[in-house]
Amino acid sequence: MLQIDSLCIEFRQERARVAAVRDVSLALAPGECVGVVGESGSGKTQTFLAAMGLLGRNALVSGSIRFEGRELLAAATSELNRVRGARLAMIFQDPMTSLTPHLTVGVQMAEVLVCHAGLSWTAAKRKALDMLQTVRIADAARRMRQYPHELSGGMRQRVMIGMSLLCEPALVIADEPTSALDATIHVQVIELLAAMRREFRMAIALISHDLGAVHALADRVVVMYAGRVVECAPATAIFAHPRHPYTAELLRCAPNLSAARLNRMPSITGQPPDPAEVLPGCAFAARCARADARCRIERPLLVQSGGAAQAACHHPL
Amino acid sequence: MIRYLLKRIAGAVPTLFIIITLTFFLVRAAPGGPFDQEQSLPPEIVANLQAAYGLDQPAWIQYRRYLTALLHGDFGPSYKYKDFTVTGLIAQGLPLSLTLGGVAMALALALGIPAGVFAALHHDSAAGYATMSLAVVGIAVPSFVVLPFLGLIFGIDLHWLPVAGWEPGSVKHLVLPVITLTLPPLAYIARLTRGGMLEVMQSHFVRTAFAKGLPTRTVIWRHALRPALLPVAGYLAPAVATIMTGSLVVESIAGLPGVGRYLVQGALNRDYTLVMGMVIVYSALLISAGLLVDLLYAWLDPRVRLAH
Repeated sequence: MLQIDSLCIEFRQERARVAAVRDVSLALAPGECVGVVGESGSGKTQTFLAAMGLLGRNALVSGSIRFEGRELLAAATSELNRVRGARLAMIFQDPMTSLTPHLTVGVQMAEVLVCHAGLSWTAAKRKALDMLQTVRIADAARRMRQYPHELSGGMRQRVMIGMSLLCEPALVIADEPTSALDATIHVQVIELLAAMRREFRMAIALISHDLGAVHALADRVVVMYAGRVVECAPATAIFAHPRHPYTAELLRCAPNLSAARLNRMPSITGQPPDPAEVLPGCAFAARCARADARCRIERPLLVQSGGAAQAACHHPL
Repeated sequence: MIRYLLKRIAGAVPTLFIIITLTFFLVRAAPGGPFDQEQSLPPEIVANLQAAYGLDQPAWIQYRRYLTALLHGDFGPSYKYKDFTVTGLIAQGLPLSLTLGGVAMALALALGIPAGVFAALHHDSAAGYATMSLAVVGIAVPSFVVLPFLGLIFGIDLHWLPVAGWEPGSVKHLVLPVITLTLPPLAYIARLTRGGMLEVMQSHFVRTAFAKGLPTRTVIWRHALRPALLPVAGYLAPAVATIMTGSLVVESIAGLPGVGRYLVQGALNRDYTLVMGMVIVYSALLISAGLLVDLLYAWLDPRVRLAH
């Protein structure tokens, strides 16, 4: 359904070109939930912004993103506008800044249906109200008339989720849907996404730092590092037995109760490489305990590494 | 809302009072008096005149008398325009000045906002740069250059419009003064709109609007424009002041019988009551503009609460 092939994204900056995504290929099947994990700057969000046609004007994109038989990278804005919001929807990280401050919740939801389904405003608002109830917002009729700042963070994210589902899309991209919310709300939002997935049967691309959320929701996990996919495996397999040393480190650093005290929180030592730099070898080599001379000069390719898992490592675990 | 308005209007009273008091004593502190002329009058006549207008009394008695009269809506007699009251003079000229300023303000907004949006959307193209270069010219060239220049082209060369002068009810005579008065605020509004728009187009909610598949024009007019206009709203009160002072110059160059000349001539002639009257009218206008701006803010961004 979504097929990304050899996607490269570079950003033109004043002097240099900075590569954010380097030769990424990945696919989503209908109804599948793929978790995309990696540190900030690993290119996971940029990959999906490219699919939405939302990259800045200074982005240079090559490769191919096909969605339901359409090439999105070559699509004109008008063609893209028939897809995004309708078949392909996106939920953003910060629901406070991602909703228009001067429009009521009702207007912001209804306009999606007015635009894509050609409904009248009255009919669209009726459907929007139904959707607010579906995403379990209490007192939905009143919320429809309110502005985003009058809602709590968790409620705003429910509005975002409901808004994305109005046209029953085939794929919802959720870009760190819990990161900007209070920790107490995380579980509720993830549970809502899971419930919505059961109800609407859409595919989800869950971009997240939150391995707990990925564990709860994803069928398959894609791990990105420095603009490349370094591991891709079924969720059960990757959590039980990570192949790439970077994935293993990420799992080790996932907070859990036994490491609750901050001074005992594990972290990956070192920094990701400068995105303006072109390294001949493995980008993780400088931080990897298993790296040897070969890792520094020869880039490992993403290959089969036991079962359905793929890893880009010369020395997989 | 109504409570808020009443509160704000009540709050304007002390402001006006302070302005009146300061102006009252400042104009009197200036050297000279209303009856100074090139050929000085005999001292007895001056004394008589001063007694007739109460100017021989101590300043604080004059002040008390002025305030009492003012509370009854009486701005007093003009010292220079014999047989005219200040109220009469202002009532004569104000409609023309308000028309001039009001039309200029409306035009500046109606043209400046679309120009700014256009420049923002084409910010990396020649058309965008051209719009903004024109705006800089609009801000930089003073009205006493623009008006004669326009008069030269449209009046003397093309004979389309009168260069100056006034006939009651004539629209033709207002065209060039209005254009002259419009240009500086128009240019400013275009620049502010462009800046606001450029910033808002980078914001997350605009990205969401695009992600929803809305057509670009819907994203711009429904989602981006209102927050982009916040800087413009902030400029409106200074814009009213710019147009007021602009009209002093424009009215006198174009020979329009508005109230602008009364402020300048009144001050030069030491026509105390006329200056006071003009200051009160202009202050009231500016204070109202400020109130309007606050209401506008609340409309542009519902997070702004009117009750402080």
